Amino acid sequence: MEALLSNLALGFSVAFTPEALMYCLIGCLLGTLIGVLPGIGPVATIAMLLPATFALKPEFSLIMLAGIYYGAQYGGSTTAILVNIPGESSSVVTALDGYQMARKGRAGAALGIAALGSFFAGCVATLLLAAAAPPLAQIAFKFGPAEYFSLMTLGLIAAVVLAHGSVIKAVGMILLGLLLGLVGTDVNSGMARFSFSIPELSDGIGFVSVAMGIFGFAEIIKNLEQGEEREVFVNKVGRLLPTWDDVKQAYPAVLRGTALGSLLGILPGGGAVLASFSAYTLEKKIAKDSSQFGKGDIRGVAAPESANNAAAQTSFIPLLTLGIPPNPVMALMVGAMIIQGIQPGPQVMTEKPQLFWGMIVSMWIGNLMLVILNLPLIGIWIKLLTVPYRLLYPAILVFCCIGVYSLSNSPFDVLVTACFGLVGYVFVKLDCEPAPLLLGFILGPMMEENLRRAMLLSRGDATTFVTRPLSATLLGISLLLLLIIMLPAIRKKREEAFVEE
Amino acid sequence: MHLRNPKDFWSGIMFAAIGFAFAIIVKVYEYPMGTASRMGPGYFPFVLGNALGILGIIILLKSLVSDGGGVSKFAWRPIAWILGGVIIFGLTVKLVGLALAIVTLVLIASFGGHEFKLKEQLIAGLILAVGSIGVFVYGLKLPFPIWPSFFG
Repeated sequence: MEALLSNLALGFSVAFTPEALMYCLIGCLLGTLIGVLPGIGPVATIAMLLPATFALKPEFSLIMLAGIYYGAQYGGSTTAILVNIPGESSSVVTALDGYQMARKGRAGAALGIAALGSFFAGCVATLLLAAAAPPLAQIAFKFGPAEYFSLMTLGLIAAVVLAHGSVIKAVGMILLGLLLGLVGTDVNSGMARFSFSIPELSDGIGFVSVAMGIFGFAEIIKNLEQGEEREVFVNKVGRLLPTWDDVKQAYPAVLRGTALGSLLGILPGGGAVLASFSAYTLEKKIAKDSSQFGKGDIRGVAAPESANNAAAQTSFIPLLTLGIPPNPVMALMVGAMIIQGIQPGPQVMTEKPQLFWGMIVSMWIGNLMLVILNLPLIGIWIKLLTVPYRLLYPAILVFCCIGVYSLSNSPFDVLVTACFGLVGYVFVKLDCEPAPLLLGFILGPMMEENLRRAMLLSRGDATTFVTRPLSATLLGISLLLLLIIMLPAIRKKREEAFVEE
Repeated sequence: MHLRNPKDFWSGIMFAAIGFAFAIIVKVYEYPMGTASRMGPGYFPFVLGNALGILGIIILLKSLVSDGGGVSKFAWRPIAWILGGVIIFGLTVKLVGLALAIVTLVLIASFGGHEFKLKEQLIAGLILAVGSIGVFVYGLKLPFPIWPSFFG
């Protein structure tokens, strides 16, 4: 307890400097902005800004990028409630009841409960992160290559289980991602693989190019194909603070959403999107009177919004303690740390405590800023929603191009990104979920490295993965997950959960 | 032949083709396989590539006995204009400078949309150019030329 307090004190001393506060604010502002705007999400934004963070101090870079991710969770709800379009994929379910509340003239209450619920969830998740990270990192120090390999296997399998749509196609996307991640120079032998004598490819395919092509360009093409229809519901936002009755009705939902979201955020492949879906489903299941769901039930806003914010923050736990990203946004955070010369993993906490605790405390400060940004300043964000998409997408394109080009100041990365734009569009057409591909892509080289080291240590004996207890446990859980999802009953349930309205 | 599940059919083909391509490249370029205890650079990609290839075939075969949605038509117009604009930006920005490259990108990209209003897009392009140069070149000090190199 005492250690926790002194750690938090260290964090406050970092996060409360004027510069840190400024970067936190920039991150939260940007996050809210892209959260409000449909058609651009945190993955594309962080990818876009990655090259620019090179010039910043590591603390500030990570504080800002983290702010974008959780800030987007706040902003997404605004669009969902007022326009019935999710500004962020994690706000899809918020639109169901939030928009209905807005139609009944209770937009203000919906926005208020979404922001307050998110704030509560953010505070809890920050504390959880601060309390859970040190002991987990201690366990991580006991990990050898075999354990890391098994852990990544578990992560990838969990990503399959939690992905939308077909399980077998998600497995395919992971394998494809792993393979793409292997392009480039092999660290052990120094041999260039799959680079076909193209010098730029011997450094591998840039993660930013893949992420921005698939989540930026392909998304724009998809949106243009679908055509523009947007109806902003701004005539009457109403009073922003929920009434006492609202609070009484919503607070159990906030508590459950926070708990569920915190848990799902830690799981690999989880993150904010899954958390909001599950929280909504749970609320509907346990409500005594669920007839109001989909017609403007405040619980249907409170639970998913608390859950997605909690999950956005707890998904930092596996990244900061194990060095393994549980979702694409965290994979980008790995990139941001590597740009700064920091290897993500349990040693970050001991070697760079000011970075680690500063970032955690900044999350709490950021959440406070976001409540202020989102409640009194809601009018500005609503104005933004009236910007038509035909003006918005060229702007997104410009920022993407500048971001990719500055990765290495050469046209090559831009061309690769354009290719992945087309590839990403093909994935959309074929119903292949891209998130598992990105996870595989980032884990590919790490998995190979740990597999090789583990096999070297065991002198080629593959049973090392099942004779070491920690590794065996992790693989056992993976197997269990796979078996569970193969069960017909669960399979049906899973499909239902994702089809939900 | 009538496809019952085109989306999965083509996904299967895609996975199989890419997976086996990786495995074949390992063999053709003779990346050393090594042994189980000392894996060469070819080992992991060869195993993964074959796994993906086999998975693709399984998806393909399953698609023949199940029903599913068709693949909707490709929207070639936005694809061409958007990606074309991006590629032109990448190839020319060093030569023509950021200002001109941004305006060009905005104009080309707007052909991919539903309506094209020259004046509006031109203004949008100019605002974006000024804003981006301010933020990225002066603010973040990214090394972009602002004006065409043949001007001075």
